[in-house]
Amino acid sequence: MTQLVNETVNQSPSTDSAPLLEIRDLEVGFRTQRGIVPAVRGVSLTLYPGQTLAIVGESGSGKTTTAQAIINLLAGTGTVTGGQILFQGRDLTRLTPKEMQAVRGSQIGYVPQDPMSNLNPVWNIGFQVAEAIRSNSDVRGKVLKQRTIEVLQEAGLADAADRLKQYPHQFSGGMRQRVLIGIGLSARPKLLIADEPTSALDVTVQRQILDHLATLTRDYGTSVLFITHDLGLAAERAEQLVVMYKGKVVESGPSQEILANPQHPYTQRLVAAAPSLASRRIQAKKNQDAPTTEIFSAGGTDTALIRRATDRELAASGKALISVEGITKKYRIRKSGLRYDELLAVNDVSFGVEKGTTTAIVGESGSGKSTVAKLILQLESTTSGRIEFDGRDVAGLTGRELLNFRRRVQPVFQDPYGSLDPQYNVGNTIAEPLLAHKVGSRKERQKRVLELLDQVSLPATTQFRYPSELSGGQRQRIAIARALALKPDVLVLDEAVSALDVLVQGQILNLLTELQSELGLTYLFITHDLAVVRLVADNVCVMQKGRIVEAAPTDEVFEKPRELYTQELLGAIPGANFEFGR
Amino acid sequence: MLWYTGKRLLQMIPVFFGATFLIYFMVFSLPGDPISALYGERPPSPAVIAQIRAEYNLDKPFVVQYLLYIGNFFQGNLGTTYSGRSVSEVMASAFPITARLAMLALAFEAGFGILVGLIAGLRKGKLFDASALVVSLLLISVPTFVVGFVLQFVFGVQLGWARTTVSGAAPWDQLILPALVLASVSFAYIVRLTRASVSDNLNADFVRTATAKGISRPRVVTVHVLRNSLVPVITFLGVDIGSLMVGAIVTEGIFNINGVGGTVFKAIRLGEGPTVVSFIAVMVVIFVLANLLVDLLYAALDPRIRYAK
Repeated sequence: MTQLVNETVNQSPSTDSAPLLEIRDLEVGFRTQRGIVPAVRGVSLTLYPGQTLAIVGESGSGKTTTAQAIINLLAGTGTVTGGQILFQGRDLTRLTPKEMQAVRGSQIGYVPQDPMSNLNPVWNIGFQVAEAIRSNSDVRGKVLKQRTIEVLQEAGLADAADRLKQYPHQFSGGMRQRVLIGIGLSARPKLLIADEPTSALDVTVQRQILDHLATLTRDYGTSVLFITHDLGLAAERAEQLVVMYKGKVVESGPSQEILANPQHPYTQRLVAAAPSLASRRIQAKKNQDAPTTEIFSAGGTDTALIRRATDRELAASGKALISVEGITKKYRIRKSGLRYDELLAVNDVSFGVEKGTTTAIVGESGSGKSTVAKLILQLESTTSGRIEFDGRDVAGLTGRELLNFRRRVQPVFQDPYGSLDPQYNVGNTIAEPLLAHKVGSRKERQKRVLELLDQVSLPATTQFRYPSELSGGQRQRIAIARALALKPDVLVLDEAVSALDVLVQGQILNLLTELQSELGLTYLFITHDLAVVRLVADNVCVMQKGRIVEAAPTDEVFEKPRELYTQELLGAIPGANFEFGR
Repeated sequence: MLWYTGKRLLQMIPVFFGATFLIYFMVFSLPGDPISALYGERPPSPAVIAQIRAEYNLDKPFVVQYLLYIGNFFQGNLGTTYSGRSVSEVMASAFPITARLAMLALAFEAGFGILVGLIAGLRKGKLFDASALVVSLLLISVPTFVVGFVLQFVFGVQLGWARTTVSGAAPWDQLILPALVLASVSFAYIVRLTRASVSDNLNADFVRTATAKGISRPRVVTVHVLRNSLVPVITFLGVDIGSLMVGAIVTEGIFNINGVGGTVFKAIRLGEGPTVVSFIAVMVVIFVLANLLVDLLYAALDPRIRYAK
């Protein structure tokens, strides 16, 4: 990858050639009943032919709106209220709908964010690709079909010829994203807008697809406008960075420079918090061969994380609180007629979790990691094998004992939007487990709610608010507070930070490790993101296809990964090619 | 698909028996005596009554009556009405008329409903949309017979464009006005369904992606918005076929059409078990077949729905 980036850097043209895209003081607003609400406020950026430029920012920063304004695809009532978008010297904001239609696809390609919702479910893949080719060329008939197959093959679908008649739901997420990339590049546009093209995909798939996209755009000499929330990813994939915050550009320039020497406080926070970067830094620090790692103001958080990890190591008792022996889970999947297929979701998995430590289970979607969490939480029963908690087999627990087990082992789930009842205010939500387990009087419960809110760093007034009024990060704090209400010993965190913006992700991870050292909690951390693992976990189990392929202390996994699959996962963390000692 | 269709056809058997049994039971337990209803003010002699009772199996227990009826039904003998005409003869004259009326109404409500709904959905919040909403609300809230009488008066009496009543043979052209009346409520629902569905789909991600390909607006609308929006509309049409047959009672009354609705209504009043049950049985079969057709249409419209299982 390092080589690839260097090549593109070398290829990047000198600044005296005319810019391909130049955005000047762009203002975009959304019309509401109370007037126009600005979303993009005076954004300027310049992209030269053959270059890749990334816009980085969290949700709501206006990065997607900026990209959509270029080809006039603004959602709902969005309108450009000021500024210019010059594409090859032509102001795109002044084009008629017909002229804009001619620019879309043939001049500027677009790869959207979510592969699940961006292909029309009722038309087959071949039709949807052919449609893009037809509308931008005179190719018809047999040649059109041939070209469709070519486009898909270039995008990385080797068996395209046989799959033209298949529908989107018969493709995996990664395959659909390849189709969308094929569509975006089908007319060889001069500019490709890639809006978070891989955020919805597994890390290794993300890496493959971005590598492939980089090769294609380099071969065709396409400029790429890359939109992402992940600073590490942006810096790895683009030579130029534009950092957006609340509709404004706060910093822009060459990626490596911004990363090494962030000027704006917001960028500094981003660099500090992005798990992909933080994990790289911690790795560098642990290796000790990097001379100076404190190049960012970010060092503070990293040091705290490392210190807490060392504390945990010292305190570890060596006795397993949870011990899992050879558990297997089979699901029966109904096939046509009365036949069933068996799916082995979890296959002979064994591991132990020591009291006061964090064990991460890492794997891609379909690896069985969440099933393991459900089995340990006793939300599903094991097909075979044994799960012990505090020396007792949990399989046979019923009634009072099961209730007691549930009190001591609490879950936190991925989606902070779906896991809180919108009709319940925060106070009631947090008090609910107390009520369910009949703990304390009304007054005591009220006191406990305030205590918990304080623990997760939310103001006491939050208790009267409703989930819809809170941000994703605040909601996840509430989910954690609710899990902590019964003073459990173990938290099972199933992708608990995956749905959050990077900054918020960093905050929640910090909160979790803080709570752990304060309360002596044991974490079982389920995630697909190895970068996050580096920040919080003591031990790692890497799962693939229902089996644990590698289990070792985190340091060992990061320094000397034994399995090829683990190496691939590690390689997929963005930022591998940054030198932190520079 | 074949397996699924076969399974659905098999499911019709219990539905058929259940429906006919229930209807038979209900007609049987209606108050009043069919024979005295038939003769009105001047009751016949007890001997005549006994003879008629024996002829129509009215003297036997209910279950036996039902089984005898079903046995005859499968031999193609649907029985006779109390006035002596054979039920199959009545059916042969009534069903084609109602079928014509229902088909015309279905064509009107589907054709105009989807068109108006599509335009309203594309111009959400504009004048056309607002008027479509008001008109559809009016059609839903005003009873059918009011709409019927108004149209009959305006087009039939004042403008003289159509006949106020339909002749016995009920040719297609005379059925246009009644069909419009019959379609009016469903038209309103289809407008609203299509409109909501279209405006939802307009905001779908795949529509934005399609636009980004550089396709023209008309093509985006027809290819990517309309087809996706039709699934809920088709569901509604399937259910509506039933109400078109039954709801025709009012419309047929207004325009004096000798269709299914009127015949069944008369038969119920007279307590003519065999006539009512035979008609209903045929209607049940039509209804079930129509819904099967709709389910198969689903699969054609949306490839994610497959009935292999």
